Amino acid sequence: MTYLNNIGLYFLMIKEMFRKPTKWSVMKGLILKDIDDLVIGSLGIVAFISFFVGGVITIQTALNITNPLIPKYLVGFATRQSVILEFAPTFTSIIMAGKVGSFITSSIGTMRVTEQIDALEVMGINSLNYLVFPKAVAMMLYPFAIAIGMFLGILGGMAACVYGGYTTLEDYITGIQMDFDGFHMTYSFLKTFVFAFILATIPSFHGYYMKGGALEVGKASTTSFVWTSVVIILINYILTDMLLG
Amino acid sequence: MIEVKGLHKSFGDAHILKGIDAYFEKGETSLVIGQSGSGKTVFIKCLLGLFPYDEGTISYDGKIYSELSEDQKRDLRAEIGMVFQGSALFDSMTIQENVMFPLRMFTKMSKSEMEDRVDVVLKRVNLDDAHHKMPSEASGGMQKRVAIARAIVNNPKYLFCDEPNSGLDPKTAIVIDNLIQEITDEYQIVTVINSHDMNSVMEIGEKIVFLQHGYKEWEGSKNTIFKTDNKAVTDFVYSSELFKKVRKMYLEEKQ
Repeated sequence: MTYLNNIGLYFLMIKEMFRKPTKWSVMKGLILKDIDDLVIGSLGIVAFISFFVGGVITIQTALNITNPLIPKYLVGFATRQSVILEFAPTFTSIIMAGKVGSFITSSIGTMRVTEQIDALEVMGINSLNYLVFPKAVAMMLYPFAIAIGMFLGILGGMAACVYGGYTTLEDYITGIQMDFDGFHMTYSFLKTFVFAFILATIPSFHGYYMKGGALEVGKASTTSFVWTSVVIILINYILTDMLLG
Repeated sequence: MIEVKGLHKSFGDAHILKGIDAYFEKGETSLVIGQSGSGKTVFIKCLLGLFPYDEGTISYDGKIYSELSEDQKRDLRAEIGMVFQGSALFDSMTIQENVMFPLRMFTKMSKSEMEDRVDVVLKRVNLDDAHHKMPSEASGGMQKRVAIARAIVNNPKYLFCDEPNSGLDPKTAIVIDNLIQEITDEYQIVTVINSHDMNSVMEIGEKIVFLQHGYKEWEGSKNTIFKTDNKAVTDFVYSSELFKKVRKMYLEEKQ
């Protein structure tokens, strides 16, 4: 029953988030700040993880291709498919649920505990629009981070291939160009947009509606990470079945 | 004027407010006092619209709060200033930005006009040189003064203060109390203070509403509270030996 209540409350929050918009001159500043905090601030970790995980995917694939009849360029092909279809959009989003999600939950939760949200409400400001809407808008730039992640993942795979001696550079490049289906990019970015919205709103929900003190802010951050990850994985399954199945 | 009639509020089975009647007038500093758990914070939060109430009416200058649309409620709230117990300053903004915040949200002032207005109110609360400090760099007393400055910067009609001098030393607490009273008088606003600080009661209690177990037990002023024989009030207000002696001396002097 609590789950159903929370799901209902979440959708009411989404509806309320669009009501009584904050003045554009103020909202513009909030959006830019959130782009800086949530997207640009995450580029470093996205780049680092993408590059090395791309390398690991390549090494694992190369080591598992033991049959001499399988061409070596398939290492590049497998890396590209893994990075574009799953690693960059889904795996990175789950990592972001930890980084961005816990930041959002703890910052909004702390505002709740210290009555800053009450202060906004008393002033007649729609606190959901003021706090959550700019985060949702800022996260619409998250697919750019994922695009960088895709590029660096494939680049990391190439570095691992060449410097680890698993295949030649030519084979790897042949592999990443082979049988390219443009719809895979559409699918990947479509789900990234959905994940971006989830990454902005579920942690906000947990921060906004939390009750208690500092300890509960920590608990809310953990709960927010768990639920954001669960929802991303479920939505990933549904979208994959709908778009590729 | 704020008028409250038959206000009831429950949380589940817990009946917190049991038919409170009160009115608070312009230019008068009103204190809502009572023991912890008496319902005074719930009462203030109902007045502010932060808690929906179950029964009764609250009217702001004749406008009945429950009959207003959501947009009208938000417009009314723009006329309210609030000083929270923990100050509730936005910790990502400087003191100047905190005070400027209501102006940015609700006025069409230019940046220089807003800065001038912030200078005026910060000077009014005796904070001339704290503009660029972050709230975390300010002392408790300074934070309270910034909260008062933010509450009055947009010329509110109504000012609410939740335990404005809690956690402050007695000298700073009196400074804050006097500041609130001066501002109330100067700007002719309706001020309602939630407190259990007896110094505040004696210092600025032009009107005092005493709550106990969710009922309004007594109503009076700092002058009449000395003479009352209401046991609940005397037990609460004169619980310390010091205040018992002060009261005795006052009554002896009057005889």
